[in-house]
Amino acid sequence: MELERHAYDVVVVGAGGAGLRAAIAAHEDGARTAVVCKSLLGKAHTVMAEGGIAAAMGNAYPEDDWRVHFRDTMRGGKMLNHWRMAQLHAQEAPDRVRELEDWGALFDRTPDGLISQRDFGGHRYARLAHVGDRTGLELIRTLQQRTVALGVDVFMECTVTRVLTDDEGVTGAFGYWRESGRFVAWEAPSVVLATGGIGKAYKVTSNSWEYTGDGHSLALQAGAGLVNMEFVQFHPTGMVWPPSVRGILVTESVRGDGGVLRNSAGNRFMFDYIPDYFRKETAETEDEADRWYEDKKNNRRPPELLPRDEVARAINSEVKAGRGTVHGGVFLDIASRRPAEYVRKRLPSMYHQFKELADVDITAEAMEVGPTCHYVMGGVEVDPDTAAARVPGLFAAGEVAGGMHGSNRLGGNSLSDLLVFGRRAGTAAAEHARKRAGLVALVEEELADAARAALAPFEREGGENPYTVQHDLQQTMHDLVGIIRTAPEVEQALVRIAALRERVAALSVEGHRQYNPGWHLALDLPHLLVVSECIARAALEREESRGGHTRDDFPAPDPEWGRTNLVCARTADGGVGVARQPLPQMPPELAEVFEEAP
Amino acid sequence: MTTTAPRGTGATSAGRGDGGPAPRRAAIAARTLRTDRWWVQPLVTVVVLVLFIAYSSFRAFQNAHYHASPYISPFYSPCITTRCEGDSFPEFFTGPAWISPALYILVLPLGIRLTCYYYRKAYYRSFWLSPPACAVAEPHRRYTGETRLPLLGQNVHRYFLYAALLFNVILFYEAFRGFRDETGEWGHMGLGTVILLVNAVLLFLYSVSCHSCRHIVGGRLNSFSKHPLRYRAWTAVSTLNARHMQYAWASLFTVAFADFYVLLLATGTISDPRFF
Amino acid sequence: MTEAGEPSLGSVDEGRRGDGGGYDATLRVWRGDASGGELQTFTVPVNEGEVVLDVVHRLQATQAGDLAVRWNCKAGKCGSCSAEVNGRPRLMCLTRMNTFAEDEPVTITPLRTFPVVRDLVTDVSFNYEKAAQIPAFTPRPRDPDGNHRMQQVDVDRPQEFRKCIECWLCQDTCHVIRDHEENKAVFSGPRFLIRLAELDMHPLDVRDRRDAAQEEFGLGYCNITKCCSEVCPEGIHLTDNGIIPLKERVVDRRFDPLTWLGSKIGRRPRQ
Repeated sequence: MELERHAYDVVVVGAGGAGLRAAIAAHEDGARTAVVCKSLLGKAHTVMAEGGIAAAMGNAYPEDDWRVHFRDTMRGGKMLNHWRMAQLHAQEAPDRVRELEDWGALFDRTPDGLISQRDFGGHRYARLAHVGDRTGLELIRTLQQRTVALGVDVFMECTVTRVLTDDEGVTGAFGYWRESGRFVAWEAPSVVLATGGIGKAYKVTSNSWEYTGDGHSLALQAGAGLVNMEFVQFHPTGMVWPPSVRGILVTESVRGDGGVLRNSAGNRFMFDYIPDYFRKETAETEDEADRWYEDKKNNRRPPELLPRDEVARAINSEVKAGRGTVHGGVFLDIASRRPAEYVRKRLPSMYHQFKELADVDITAEAMEVGPTCHYVMGGVEVDPDTAAARVPGLFAAGEVAGGMHGSNRLGGNSLSDLLVFGRRAGTAAAEHARKRAGLVALVEEELADAARAALAPFEREGGENPYTVQHDLQQTMHDLVGIIRTAPEVEQALVRIAALRERVAALSVEGHRQYNPGWHLALDLPHLLVVSECIARAALEREESRGGHTRDDFPAPDPEWGRTNLVCARTADGGVGVARQPLPQMPPELAEVFEEAP
Repeated sequence: MTTTAPRGTGATSAGRGDGGPAPRRAAIAARTLRTDRWWVQPLVTVVVLVLFIAYSSFRAFQNAHYHASPYISPFYSPCITTRCEGDSFPEFFTGPAWISPALYILVLPLGIRLTCYYYRKAYYRSFWLSPPACAVAEPHRRYTGETRLPLLGQNVHRYFLYAALLFNVILFYEAFRGFRDETGEWGHMGLGTVILLVNAVLLFLYSVSCHSCRHIVGGRLNSFSKHPLRYRAWTAVSTLNARHMQYAWASLFTVAFADFYVLLLATGTISDPRFF
Repeated sequence: MTEAGEPSLGSVDEGRRGDGGGYDATLRVWRGDASGGELQTFTVPVNEGEVVLDVVHRLQATQAGDLAVRWNCKAGKCGSCSAEVNGRPRLMCLTRMNTFAEDEPVTITPLRTFPVVRDLVTDVSFNYEKAAQIPAFTPRPRDPDGNHRMQQVDVDRPQEFRKCIECWLCQDTCHVIRDHEENKAVFSGPRFLIRLAELDMHPLDVRDRRDAAQEEFGLGYCNITKCCSEVCPEGIHLTDNGIIPLKERVVDRRFDPLTWLGSKIGRRPRQ
């Protein structure tokens, strides 16, 4: 078998914010480090992040500190977050942002010359460090340039299909070059998964093609658990029209900078959807909401800036009640509320995006928006301090890791999550590799098996086209395990997923191994399927509504479920099982934070 | 330092230099697949510049009809020899009669246009076809750009700018002398005065909107906040710089037109309408 | 298979919808690899509001499953789907089909400046090699309180260049390397000239890259014909705001006796 072999201490799978930050940390700790990514370097989904990096630096509001950020994060996640992750995240985010400046990042500035921070949904104070509305691009470029300057090896356009293990833990990874179709194996005692999310399981999503749940699935196969998989965040504002751009994100900053949501009757309907949980801190009248933009100390926040799950459900309800636009969305209006010059300056890439993609001038007319699958809160169950999964030598950071965001993620907490836990994962992976140096070896039989599995779609003839199967899976998840769920629908989804698994096992691809997208998709589909199954099983099990999981048949949160996590794991027969597990409880000194007045 | 692990792509070999695909590139024979009329713009540039060069050369060598009191053609301004028509500028020396006084000075305005960042684009594209238009193959076998002489000399652009600014002062001076009548009496104005003034203004805008000027007034600074006045100057020049191309063409037309107007007056073809 | 008004989003979408605005487009797509290839003609349904990448995806999903095309975000933010559409370097996701007449064939070819891998995918490793050669950002120390203080007016200029999404369209259109493969060794391309400009204008950076710009990255090869600025999907003024100011900075350092003298007698510190 033709196989390219490499040996490293740490192999990082994924070159988004978490992967690159992990690679930098591992390299700085002296580990021989490789990054493997499906796309070209710098194209990872992190570039799509718009709003900013949440960090309690206190540049805009000196009264902000990590405790407030911690509290906001936990409340946003409906208290289902792993408290220790939320704590580390809130404590370390400011340092992670500052060090980006040492590597060349250029954030927007306050008049004092400090990093400017903007308002975002669910955050008590303006705390998102940003660069216009292209913060993700700045983050990825900074980390990319740092990685390159350090001389870390990057395997671009290379897909990992297996994490290799023995009884002691991780021994390496196996994959293929997308360009040539040739196989590669890395011998490494530590593998960091930083593969992002699962958005491509859904039909309307803001995620790129790469988001096929590879890391979730690789971890599951290697023996790790996936926690909180039922919680999928639907971003309230995705583009709706024209159809070809449906799902593309419209940043929350539009609302942070003064944009409001209206239904087809012209009403600011969000005032009708303020949940009791947030009533104390949310404006009750349009006047108060409008005053908030100018005077945040003496007024409460507009309801448009409630956490994403609340806004997404509200939009969904308005459309279902027949008060949506002709294309099935609602209006997001900033044109009538802010001068054109202000909009162009504050939201340049949104202006550009609507102009180029939809032929809409957002300084002159309202945007049409609707919910779009954006983020999976669930992911690999990890130790908060080291990002280590159950399997020794396996680490996970970023969207692929679970627990940090509980049942719902606040905007801006993703980029900071990548940095904080990317660094922790890289450091811990380097440390683990030191302990295991010289003790790992690749087993020929396993490599041969991985190669056989990868080539299987070429062996079969007359099977289905992978694009059709993916389309049917996306339709299933969209229709049956979407924003609003019911037991019969999720059960039906599980039946369909089982049928799809058989179709995936039988599909075939045309052409040869060189840069063949049909083949690549055929190899990504099993990942998508297993992740979809985890989502559906967990969604069926959790009989309550909380954050990114809404059950029409159990519309209220249940305190008992508020102390319970669901963990998916591989069963002995190769299927997926779901087990209940108690939620780790925070120590009393942290719990005090929640007793203070909001 | 390794940054990108080996991808097994091999080294690329030298291109053929004739616009055809180099080895390992996609084999596409056409020089361009553009379907628009990409050749219109370079063609227009060539036609206009050739017309201007022909006209200005003829006028520079003509050595006559460049003065019609109180006006002097910008091609002959400043007129610095004792043989000049009229009483324009301090006369520095006497040259041979067959050398037109324009030839002593035109090298400087020619120099700023030749080394101007905008005109370089225009003539590299249209005359040198390097490239004729974007994504259209150029016909040259080799290309070294501005890395060696004579094109390395483009880097002296700022010195031509300094000279041009001096010329701008002189052209304003000459335009203000247009507020006289034929006898030298002050307090009058005619159409020629307006033409010379407009020409002086546009040439001045062309000079100050230049990229070198933008650099000198503030662009070379790395900290604008420590130099607020220079930042304001840079901002102003940057605004003008965005229209440098328009000023370049407009001033080219006005300078030729001003000369042509003086020619018409000097040959008695028309007479200058006087306002007062 | 798909209801009216539903998205395609890269998934299978076998044909035209019944909601009007659709037509059949003629696509000429270059297919092949380094050993050779040709333009192949396809007829593909097009719906209202679609971009070239949508149509290429439909072609891939229904008629040519192994058609190689590189793409990621499909929203003009990642710079992956670069190709040449009717001979012009473009992002396929930002090229709307309604910019072409319905009966006009749309020709899609890979970037010409780089070796072809397969179909519309090229080997762009040249750019990553050049990126690795750029002298890294070197900041001054932080302020005593651990912050870096910079004014917005000082970060505005380098921020423009940091908008770059590295789609390599400027590298592709630049005739210095497009038409002269041999110049790739001595010329880094517009993307990296503006990267040098960005670092040179960065308020925190303390390294002087002017000699390197001229000698190692081939600044002198640029004859400022501005094609890079014309193709930039981010609207970065590469030439006017990046390359020309960098040329002027190099003149300060190497060609202007006055500024050279000024820097020698210490009257013009770089700040």
